[in-house]
Amino acid sequence: MIDATAAREIVVASLNEVFAQTGLPAPESITGDTVLVGKDAVLDSLGVVSLIVEVEQRVEAEHGVSVTLANDKAMSQRNSPFRTVSVLAEHVVAMVAEESAA
Amino acid sequence: MTAERPVMLVTGSRKGIGRYLVEHYLTKGYLVEGCSRGESDLKDPSYTHHSVDVAEERAVRHMIADVTKRHGRIDVVLNNAAIASMNHILLTPAASANRMLQVNVTGTMLVCRDAAKVMIRRRYGRIVNFTTIVAPIALAGEAIYAASKSAVVTFTRILAFELGQWGITCNSFGATPIMTDMIRGVPQDKIDAVVNNLAIKRLGTHEDCANVCDFFISPTSDNITGQVIYLGGVT
Repeated sequence: MIDATAAREIVVASLNEVFAQTGLPAPESITGDTVLVGKDAVLDSLGVVSLIVEVEQRVEAEHGVSVTLANDKAMSQRNSPFRTVSVLAEHVVAMVAEESAA
Repeated sequence: MTAERPVMLVTGSRKGIGRYLVEHYLTKGYLVEGCSRGESDLKDPSYTHHSVDVAEERAVRHMIADVTKRHGRIDVVLNNAAIASMNHILLTPAASANRMLQVNVTGTMLVCRDAAKVMIRRRYGRIVNFTTIVAPIALAGEAIYAASKSAVVTFTRILAFELGQWGITCNSFGATPIMTDMIRGVPQDKIDAVVNNLAIKRLGTHEDCANVCDFFISPTSDNITGQVIYLGGVT
């Protein structure tokens, strides 16, 4: 299991890693409302791909749970579970809980 | 922990071409991970077998997670697992067609996807997806199998563009008929007709397959991607 704080820390750390790797300009600060996809996003489409993979790997490395964040359920939701830092962190908590229960 | 030796995953490794390739790359110093639906009788300290159906998403994810946990890296994937069913299209049940597509196309996709997530950490990877000459020669009786393998070629070409930025190359390899269990039920006159239309008129061999894989997975083949090589002069 993973709590909301830990999930958010993983998302922020992953986001910083993606900025470092891709050279995309990082915002002055990263908050829960930092937009990840769509209008006003701080990432381009490939940056989002890199972020999702980085988050999955950190979850696995730090919490020993292997999850696929871009699963059927996530991709069919009306509102993207990747749209902001806090929404993605909530999605991580939900996916880890689901995987742990399986 | 990251292994010092390169790590290879071979799907469909229990027998036939997959088994040969496992043994070939063990002799070359790879740590080899293999999978098939059944158990393997291959015992080697550098080989680990996973009883996994590549069409099952969760099973593939757990296999890749296990490899990553033990070795910290995946350098090479040889997607050899496939099923075939020679049948006239008018006698082909939907369930048979769906199963071929699930294993040959979705299975290849799942292994590529999850292995690539590991490969991008080290900005290096070699993926070889197995296709067949029966697609380009349009062999009657193999419509669904050939269609699934055509899909693999197209998938691999696009995969090359999607993963190239991370130093991952993706290529396809199409063998001519090789005497394995997969074609053991095919009538001899059918096999002879195929071979007689090749530029090199003989059955393929396991060594032919290893030769092409050696080329594709060489570290110096870092500018060889999105390609397909067929044996026997087929294009």
